Amino acid sequence: MKPRIAPERFRAMFEPRGVLVAGVSTHPAKFGFVALHNIVTQGYEGAVYGTNRDGGEVLGVPMVTSLEELPGDVPIDLVFVCTPASANVELLRACAARGIGAAFLTSAGYGEAGAEGRQAEAALVALADELGILLAGPNGQGVVSTPARLCAQIVAPYPPPGGIGIASQSGNFVSSFQNYARSSGVGVSRAVSAGNAAALTIPDYLEYYASDPATRVGLAYVEGIADGRAFFDRARQVTAQMPLVVLKGGTTRGGERAAASHTGALASDDRVFDGMCRQAGITRAANVEEAFDTAATFSTQPLPRGPRVAVVTTAGGWGVVTADAITRSELELVGLPESLRVAIDERLPPRWSRNNPIDLAGGETRDTIPEVLELVADSPQVDAIIYLGLGIQSNQARLLREGRFGGDPGIERVVAYHERQDARFARAAAEVSEASGKPVLTATELALADPANAGPATVRATGRYCSPTAQRAVAALEHLWRYARFRQRRGLL
Amino acid sequence: VSAKHARATRRTLSEAESKVLLLDYGVRCVPDRVVATAQAAVAAAGELGYPVVAKLSGERIAHKTERGLVRLALGGPEQVEAAAVELLAAAVPDDGDVALLVAPMLRATRELIVGLHDDPQFGRCIMVGFGGVLAEAVADVAFRLAPIDATDAHEMLDDLTAAAILGPVRGEPAVDRDAVVAVLLGLSRLAVDRPDVVSVDVNPLLIVAGVPIAVDALVEMRT
Repeated sequence: MKPRIAPERFRAMFEPRGVLVAGVSTHPAKFGFVALHNIVTQGYEGAVYGTNRDGGEVLGVPMVTSLEELPGDVPIDLVFVCTPASANVELLRACAARGIGAAFLTSAGYGEAGAEGRQAEAALVALADELGILLAGPNGQGVVSTPARLCAQIVAPYPPPGGIGIASQSGNFVSSFQNYARSSGVGVSRAVSAGNAAALTIPDYLEYYASDPATRVGLAYVEGIADGRAFFDRARQVTAQMPLVVLKGGTTRGGERAAASHTGALASDDRVFDGMCRQAGITRAANVEEAFDTAATFSTQPLPRGPRVAVVTTAGGWGVVTADAITRSELELVGLPESLRVAIDERLPPRWSRNNPIDLAGGETRDTIPEVLELVADSPQVDAIIYLGLGIQSNQARLLREGRFGGDPGIERVVAYHERQDARFARAAAEVSEASGKPVLTATELALADPANAGPATVRATGRYCSPTAQRAVAALEHLWRYARFRQRRGLL
Repeated sequence: VSAKHARATRRTLSEAESKVLLLDYGVRCVPDRVVATAQAAVAAAGELGYPVVAKLSGERIAHKTERGLVRLALGGPEQVEAAAVELLAAAVPDDGDVALLVAPMLRATRELIVGLHDDPQFGRCIMVGFGGVLAEAVADVAFRLAPIDATDAHEMLDDLTAAAILGPVRGEPAVDRDAVVAVLLGLSRLAVDRPDVVSVDVNPLLIVAGVPIAVDALVEMRT
């Protein structure tokens, strides 16, 4: 099954050679100002023009009062529309005449605004169709494309580049996910707030992302689904190509409409949606954090080949709690193979746990952690590793440096050593994963409590995701395993 | 379409007719007899062997247990006759044509429910879960959109929270998962072949010596 919209057509929206902002304002609180500001300050290198009533320049960008004033030799592919609904029919016609292939409409007053609005929206969709313009929105917050350094949105933030492709029926969830991307360092390829999704719908964007080399995982927020069967069929095509994480909003309703059958009574919207996700290979997240955790993990870790997890920890309690979480999940806390036990024995004093979780119990020396990570990853009985304890020494180092004895050469030497070691461990986690082709996840609350700590800071520098808790890492890894298993069982290798 | 209109364009098949339809799709049903009188019920029970179950069956009878129209573990001719007389007397004019259904009493500790439902958003879907009179209260069920394949059907069973119950339990062998999967695939074929079937309930689908056997079934048709 081919995508509904040919992927090449999306280039006008996500890789535009030039952008026109329609309805530019000089007032910094107005959308028509904010959109222009965000486009010109976040690194976009294509041509930028605006329309307003007076011409001149705003933020150094040339303004035109009519599209005929635009220079003929500058290619413009995308119009970002901040004008009122009443102006948009004429605007789209002029844009089409100028060769513009895509329009993002922030304008309100359409489908969300009563019968008249719905009529205007239907007319707009028909017009865009006739003109051959890809129409995003209306009533959306914007579009982001980091490969093009494009931040065409009326909200913040602009995320770091990365492999997550976002499509959302709620603009503010685009912001939420991008905020998580900023704080975790795991970045975004493309993002779009679908607004009323009058013409382009969530599956349209996801199909494009699936064909997009910059996108490794789709992340979608959906509420109402107009045609459930088509959503299912198209989502299944998407998941054959890349993982797709979906967060579903909307209250669940019981099956009160079909009292004659037990099956009908049990067929709540949520249960049917959940079954549809399992069948389509969609990764359904329970909440916003889980949605981002999981997308970030898909984006930065290889898929596990099996469910067997080893926990490597320098702190006993964390290992125990993580083992509990694994036991409750569809993952498996693997029993340590004898050969691995012997190999670790050679590197650690006898007080280490000698089982999984592999609790080093403070017996580690300078090189132990990278060596143990490598040994564990090399074991054919282990499919994935969760590594805990990153950043503990650097946390103390911070107190030493900031305390009143900071600056003492002896103290500074130890501070530097601790931070070097944590940075090394974080790099080892990434390198071991790279070399073995197995997921190696890190988790510490320092990712939130002290993002500058050398542990989580280095995880970010390696392009990986440091989970704020081990439980969240387990939940994300479980989703990776379910998706890997979905592919294995259906011969999608 | 108003709820009233929707009801007016649907009709249910009797339990006996429902089972005939399901049998065409490979759903094994308990071998029961449909009879008109108490005397015929006694004769049928004698042929089937005691103990038996007697039920009142009719096109417009949906929730038999709730109405007290199911009599279990009838151990001899006198009990069958008494139950049959009571059941026939319990019929109300709204039930339309009724008959007695006599079936051997199967013993099982595990009951499943399987069904077909036409979802307004996703269309026809197949369900499996833990069944019996508490099926709706327990609500441990899994859905998929029809058609499904064997992988989907196996995964539906894995989805059940109490999936461990499908293993060996209290001296009974593990549930023959392939046999349950075959029932689900049969329902899936029915969903594809028969657009006039609006819903199917098989509850309970008893697990007898590991094998699923439909003991009660209700099919709803579009007219």
